[in-house]
Amino acid sequence: MEILDILLSASFWAAAVRIASPLIFATLGEIICERAGVLNLGIEGIMVIGAFAGWMAVYQGAPLWSGVAVAMLAGMLFGLLHATLTVPFGLSQHVVGLGVTLLATSTSYFAYRLILPEVSSPPRIEPFQPLDIPILSDIPVIGQALFAQTPLTYAAFALAGLVAFTLYRTPLGLALRSVGENPSAAAAQGLSVTGLRMGAVIVGSGFMAVGGAFLTLSAFSSFFFEMVNGRGWICIALVVFGAWRPGKAVLGALLYAAFDAFQIRLQQTPIGTVVPYQFFLMMPYILSIAALIAMSRRAEVPAALMTAFNKGDR
Amino acid sequence: MRLEPIAHPSLARRLGYPAAALGLTVITASLLALVAGADPFATLGLILKGAAGSKFALLETLNRATPLIFTGLAVAVAFRARLWNIGAEAQLYGGAILTVVVGTSALAALPTLPLLVLMGLAAALTGALVLLGPVLLKTRFGVDEVVTTLLLNFVMLLFVSYLLEGPMKDPMGMGWPKSEALDRAARLPRIVDGLRLHWGFALGILCAFGVWILQTRTTLGYEIRAVGLNIRAARFAGIPVNAVLVKTALLSGGLAALAGFSEVAGLKGHLSLDLSPGFGYTGIIVAMLALLHPLGVVVSAIFVAGVFVGSDSMSRAADVPTYIADMLMAIALLFMVLAILLSKVRVVRG
Repeated sequence: MEILDILLSASFWAAAVRIASPLIFATLGEIICERAGVLNLGIEGIMVIGAFAGWMAVYQGAPLWSGVAVAMLAGMLFGLLHATLTVPFGLSQHVVGLGVTLLATSTSYFAYRLILPEVSSPPRIEPFQPLDIPILSDIPVIGQALFAQTPLTYAAFALAGLVAFTLYRTPLGLALRSVGENPSAAAAQGLSVTGLRMGAVIVGSGFMAVGGAFLTLSAFSSFFFEMVNGRGWICIALVVFGAWRPGKAVLGALLYAAFDAFQIRLQQTPIGTVVPYQFFLMMPYILSIAALIAMSRRAEVPAALMTAFNKGDR
Repeated sequence: MRLEPIAHPSLARRLGYPAAALGLTVITASLLALVAGADPFATLGLILKGAAGSKFALLETLNRATPLIFTGLAVAVAFRARLWNIGAEAQLYGGAILTVVVGTSALAALPTLPLLVLMGLAAALTGALVLLGPVLLKTRFGVDEVVTTLLLNFVMLLFVSYLLEGPMKDPMGMGWPKSEALDRAARLPRIVDGLRLHWGFALGILCAFGVWILQTRTTLGYEIRAVGLNIRAARFAGIPVNAVLVKTALLSGGLAALAGFSEVAGLKGHLSLDLSPGFGYTGIIVAMLALLHPLGVVVSAIFVAGVFVGSDSMSRAADVPTYIADMLMAIALLFMVLAILLSKVRVVRG
């Protein structure tokens, strides 16, 4: 009975859409990277630096949207580092990605402690407020879930449309996909594999950082350590789950988020008094692993993912 | 630009680039100290002094290096076969759990040596099993082990949290989430009486030699290298690739779990959620700085531990946040992988 109550409540669906938003940004960023042939394991750290840089900019007095821009720039900077090492130099995407995650995370923590050495409880900012869309937000359940969110959530969905359109309907998207599938053929067409891949990683990293900034500028109003808490790795799983397609990935993110919102609410029911809360918190991670197993048979991995391209190699 | 392999890189080239990587890391450290408003030379001096300036400091560094030797070896063994085990953290905790379970069970009545051997074996077995899951998913279903091992780290930490608040909760813990403490007989003794360094460190060095012999003198070591260098060629040559990956995983998971065993039985005496401040992840840096060489892991673990211990002590004296250590290690890792590449290839225009 409680389960039905949860599923029918507007606040549950609103929470699901809210939880999905940062994942949508970061997953789209990762899709762009991987479609061009680069696995970006810097995602977790880039989300941290985005969350930190965006929040710090606003805390220092910048407007919220400038905070988003600062986060994006910070993400692109680390994207540039990742791209330089993995694309022209062709270094291991696993090692570089983890290195970028460690560097971006520790840079955020170092800078946080440097700027705010004494604070024990994280200071707060005034975050994005929900923006009700007239008429549509009055629709029962769905209205509250979809049309009474913060501007960044609308931006996440708009971005999904934009990325899908760019990937499948523009020459740039075709070029991007071709360097991820067959870089030699793309190079033979006169495309710059290095340029396209680097661009993809830089832009993709920018989107990941905006996903991180959503956490500090929209979901919570302060920055604290460990706040990204594996969301980046979840996004890597969502890319596989969504078969490297923006639309399916958004669906996956919503499904995941609904599950996450559900387990939080389930903890408040009588079931939550029997089962320890840690098992509820484990469920999203286990679900991600299960989704990977389920999708593994039908995976349409970009053919040149994780293979470096060195001009002149045969 | 284009990369051209150099057939026979000179010794100067092979040593020069890695040395330059370390030099650049030191320069970065100075710059970070400047950013923090501290004197770079004084900061570097304080790090050095904190890491090796006294007998106490040096022993602290060796103690901190101990778990890193194990996790570094775990990563080195796995990465050699291109098995991306990023889950050493989970395997470490798996080992720590079993160390406490066996060490506080009825078996604790055994004499110290057989008891410690049993605890270590149980720990290693658990770590091996923790990694076995992701590797079977990789060999059977082609599920990427990077994501699964990473996600399992979070699952394992939650599981430990559950154990510490439930079945393994210390009744005398005053509500603090920690397990019952091991008896003195179930602890790794100190190598020299009065000096704070336990036999876990010696075990780590022993394991490093073991792995080195395995990699250079056995068929399995040869197969692991072959799988890592070219999995298709290895398969074509008749090497049972999946079996090799599974064996590598058991070895790697077991080694990472010994870090948990050594930390619990040698240092802490009980299981808690702050047992590892990311030893599993730092193991990746340790292994990469050692160029995946098992004996090099010992050296790089001591170096990395020294930077962490030194930075901790430095940040108490100067106003430079202790996170400088994590930044430096990440930078060292990135510089080092680039340096290794540049020592083997030439960058050509066009």
